[in-house]
Formats: sequence, structure tokens, C-alpha cells
Amino acid sequence: MNSLPVEIVEGGAEPLEPPDAIEGRSPWQLAWARLRRDRLALACLIVIALIVIVALAAPLVAWLTGHGPNEEFQTTGLTPDGLPRPPSRAFLFGTDDLGRDVLVRVVYGARISLLSGVLASSVAVALGVVVGLVGGYFGGLVDTLLARLMDVVLSFPFLLFAIALVSITGPGLWVSIFVIAFFSWASVGRVVRGQTLSLREREYVEAARSLGAGDLRIMFVDILPNLVAQVIVYLTLLIPSAVVFEATLSFLGLGVVPPAATWGNMLSESLGYYRVAWWFVLFPGAALLITTLAFNLLGDSVRDAFDPRGDRLFRR
Amino acid sequence: MSAAPQGDVLLRATGVVKHFAVGARRLLPGGGHSVQALDGVSLEVRRGETLGLVGETGCGKSTLARCLMRLYDLTAGRVEFGGEDISLLSRRQLRPYRQRMQLIFQDPFGSLNPRRRIGSIIGDPFAIHGVADGQDRMRRVQELMELVGLNAEHFNRFPSEFSGGQRQRIGIARALALRPELVICDEPVSALDVSIQAQIVNLLADLQGELNLTYVFIAHDLSVVRHVSDRIAVMYLGKIVEVAEAEELFARPRHPYTAALLSALPVADPDLADSRRRILLTGDVPSPIDPPSGCRFHPRCPKARAECALTEPPLEPRLGDDGTHLTACHFPVAVGEDLATAGAEGGA
Repeated sequence: MNSLPVEIVEGGAEPLEPPDAIEGRSPWQLAWARLRRDRLALACLIVIALIVIVALAAPLVAWLTGHGPNEEFQTTGLTPDGLPRPPSRAFLFGTDDLGRDVLVRVVYGARISLLSGVLASSVAVALGVVVGLVGGYFGGLVDTLLARLMDVVLSFPFLLFAIALVSITGPGLWVSIFVIAFFSWASVGRVVRGQTLSLREREYVEAARSLGAGDLRIMFVDILPNLVAQVIVYLTLLIPSAVVFEATLSFLGLGVVPPAATWGNMLSESLGYYRVAWWFVLFPGAALLITTLAFNLLGDSVRDAFDPRGDRLFRR
Repeated sequence: MSAAPQGDVLLRATGVVKHFAVGARRLLPGGGHSVQALDGVSLEVRRGETLGLVGETGCGKSTLARCLMRLYDLTAGRVEFGGEDISLLSRRQLRPYRQRMQLIFQDPFGSLNPRRRIGSIIGDPFAIHGVADGQDRMRRVQELMELVGLNAEHFNRFPSEFSGGQRQRIGIARALALRPELVICDEPVSALDVSIQAQIVNLLADLQGELNLTYVFIAHDLSVVRHVSDRIAVMYLGKIVEVAEAEELFARPRHPYTAALLSALPVADPDLADSRRRILLTGDVPSPIDPPSGCRFHPRCPKARAECALTEPPLEPRLGDDGTHLTACHFPVAVGEDLATAGAEGGA
């Protein structure tokens, strides 16, 4: 509670722009300027960037350590009793119950988590935006049907659905992404629909109509830009929930099939060993926690950046 | 502005009716109520003239504007533009007419999309109708900005960076982009400061001369309407009660409602102001959900008699007026007649 939310973004030291370069700053530029001054957001961005880099560089990590993600080191990776080995020079994060390198597996797990998180939430957001826009804009019967559809999707018990679906298709990455997207789009759709309902009554929509603009143009040129901020915020908040969602599915054996490493099935495998091998639980768990925390905090900051009037939970 | 040329009729509305369904049961057949926003409005707009449209808030002025533009579907009646019936055309069929008639909105803040740069807002008509692209569009947008008195360098700014008057200029530039024949101005200045109002009114007048525009000018401010209009139509509760040449209407108001409106005009001369008598109407405007029978003005009219509640007066010349002065009143006001019961009111 230390200062008024007054925007003084440009310092006086900045050189004045030449008069022919006068350009209004878009809401994007303003949001970016605010985000840039938010230290926590910057920290989250850096953490996320690191996670992405590490995920992309997973084969490099495997090459550096000399351990493949699914390689079992029966002799060097396991104690004579057959238990996981603690972190050491050879295995920085220790080994798991089969003598595999936890570090390499966590790094490979990041690929699955990010891929399913980003892909599933992008699909969900795209679907939610289209359904919400169409329902909210056209109203009437179309809207009633779509709104009921969203209610139905939101009231589905997702785990039962996932178990049922997997029993038909068999587990796999694409099935998980489909399940996550299928259960996430409706909440986006609702928000977009509500906003569209109010935006379509604006005078500038009427102005577009009086100019002869078609429905598609009004929806995507006149209404959508006013929704982008909320959609971006939703996207950044959906990604961590999708990551956790994927981990849950893997944990339950409904996601990516086991030899492949994911944080969820590593946690699942570690269950029997948490008393003797803390590293087996800690590293995948911490990776999951840090990733979701970074995305969630970033989502909050993005929301603040687009709507600086909204009250923050914590002042910073 | 110039005197009305007795030119051809550009826009003709005949018996336009617009009802809006309201109430919880509106989706059921026969259920709910309807707001009778327009109930049989007929008017003509001649090429090159400015037709003023005045009336209280809620009398249906804006609804009429949107019906003339066919932004609303008509409940009944007919709108002809350039001699062609457009009242039943689909949105696709209306597209060519969108280039020929345009609307300027009342609210300069609501009518511009806050997320778009004004260069792209003003360029919208070109984009929608595929008239000009890229550099060509940009050049024409800048010409328009200069035409309405904006700095053409500012095309990259957002609406929030402009004042109310400047925003209204942006709205005007957008409306004029495709060189329409008819521009319907829906209270274009009522949201602006008085000092800015004059600038915008003068701009509209200059543009009319320059681009051969025909205006329908909606306002509730009679002084503004008198200044810009060749002819004036007065609306009350979804009907036109009187139409006349501007000076004729001010000199010889026939309808008691018009007379009451004119008597409420402030006068700059204090001596004259003292000698005037205001006609104070009693009661409120009745609800358009359940309008009065007969003449809709009769519950508030100082001259109302039994007949007024029974039959609706047609809009026609009264008291020997010629065909340009039409009044919908059984007992029109004669020149010199005093509606405020005493003193000398009205008249020339």
C-alpha cells in the first residue's frame, strides 16, 4: 500500500521523439511496460525461460551425463540391496528404483509437461474463444445450446471420463492432451461469452454494422481485441493447471506410458521409496511445484499489467 | 445552411413502425409487452437538405435513425432510399447502401473501439468494402483526417488519446470515408462541451457544402437544430407531430407540443425573456409500452378535448398552411393564441 498506481513509465531522461514519430502506445506496450517493472514477474519469466531451455536441451543433458533417460544402471545406479542411490557426482539427483538417472528423467519430464501444458491450454483457449464468441455474439438459440454445452462439460467428473476414455483408447500423450483441453475450454468459453454479451452492445459494434461489416469481421476485428487481455491472462493461468492435470493423469497411469519419463509417473513410481530415497520424490515434485508456481505468479502479474486498477493480493 | 432546394426525395419513410418486445414472457407467442418506439412515422428527406429531428429523450429519435439506416428490422412500414425499397433487404443486400448512407453517433467515447488505432478505425469503411488497400488506404485516411480538421500524423494513436471533440471528428471522418449521400447525425453534439459543439456543427455545415451531403440531424437542443436545419420534424412518443420549414416552425408552431417546446427555449435578451410566457406541461411522458389512445399528447395537452382521446389526428396541413407545414393536431394553435392562459405568447 505504498504508492498510487500512477503511470509514469517514461523517465525524463529519455530523448524526446521527433514529431513525425508520434505514435500512441498500444495497450500491449503499456502492459509490457508495467510487466517489466514487476520484479516477481521478471523472475517468473526467467524461471520459465530456464525450464524451457532445459527441456529443449534435454538430449544435451543426457549426453553430458552419459545417461539416457530410460537407461537402467543395474550396477552403478543401485545399491547392492537393489535400492536407489542418493545424489552423487555420477548421479547428481540420485537414481530411481530401476537405477535410472533422476536428473535426466526430470529434464525429459519437463518436455512432456510443457508440451502438454502449452498445447492443451492453447487448444482449450482457442476452442473456448470461438465457442464463447459465437454464443455471445449471435445469442438466441445458438447461445442457449452452447451455454448448456459448457455447463455439461463443466459438470463432467473429469477423472471418471479420463479413466473411461483411456480404457477405450489406451493411455498416451495425445489422449492426455485431448482430455485436458476438453475439460478446460468451457471455463474460457464462459468468460468470453459473458464479455461478448456486453461488448456486442457497444456503439462501435453498431458503427461497424452501419458500415456494412459482416458478423465474422465484427467478432474478430471489433470484439476479439477487447477480449485479448483476458484471454492471455486465462492462458497463463491455464498452463499450470494443465501441467498439474497431466501430472495427475500420469500419476494414475492414465497419461504417458511408463518407460517415458514424466513428473507424474516419476512421483507415482517413487511412492514406495519415499522413506529410503527422498531425492526420488523431491526432484520431480520440486520441478512440478516450481513450474506451476512460476506460471501462476506470472499469470497474476499479467493480469495486473493489463488491468492496473485491479486489487492485488500482495502489494509489491 | 442553404435554403431547402425543392429537389428530389432521397429518403422516404412511410408508416414506419418499430416495436421492441420486453418482459419475461416475450419469447412466448403473444406473451410479454412491446415498447412501441415508433408508431407509424412518415417523412421525406430531400437531396441536399438538412432535416432536423427534435423531441424529448425516449421519443424514438434514435430508433428512427436506426430504422432509416436499416440497422433495425422494421415491424411494419417501408423505407425507400434513392427510390428503392430497402425495408426488406437482408444485411448482404444492404451492403451497397451502406456506402451511400452513414450514421454519426452521439457518444464519441462509445462509438470508437478503444483497442484499435484511429488510422485503422477510419480505414474500416475502405477495408469492409474493399475500396482501397495499403498505401492507398493510408493516404485516403490521412486526407479524411485533414478534411475533418485532425492532424494527419496522429493516425497511429488510440481513441483514448483524443478529446471528445476530436473523437467526434474521427467518427465524422469514418462516416464520410465512402462519400455517402445521406448522413444521419444522431445527436452528434449533445455529448460535447458547448464551445466544442459550435466547432462540430460548423464542420458538419462546411462538409455539407463541400461534399453535397444530405443530413438528418437529430438533437434535443432546439437552438442547434434551428441553426442547421432547412426543415424540422418534431417527434413525440414515437410519432411525428409536426413538420415544417425551420423558420416557419419557429414562427408559427401549430402543435401545442411544439409550442411548448419552443416556449422553453432560453432567450438571450433579458427584456424579451421576461415578457415571454412558458407553457408548462403537466405530467410525465407516458410509457411507450402503453401509449395513450387517440392523440398521444392529449393527457398533457392544454387544449385537449374529448375528441383527442378518441381519434388520432392525421399529419396534414392545418389552418390554411401549405403542403410544407404538416401538423398532427385536431385543434392546432393559431398565431397569437396563448397557451399559457394569459399574456402574449408565441407569434412572430
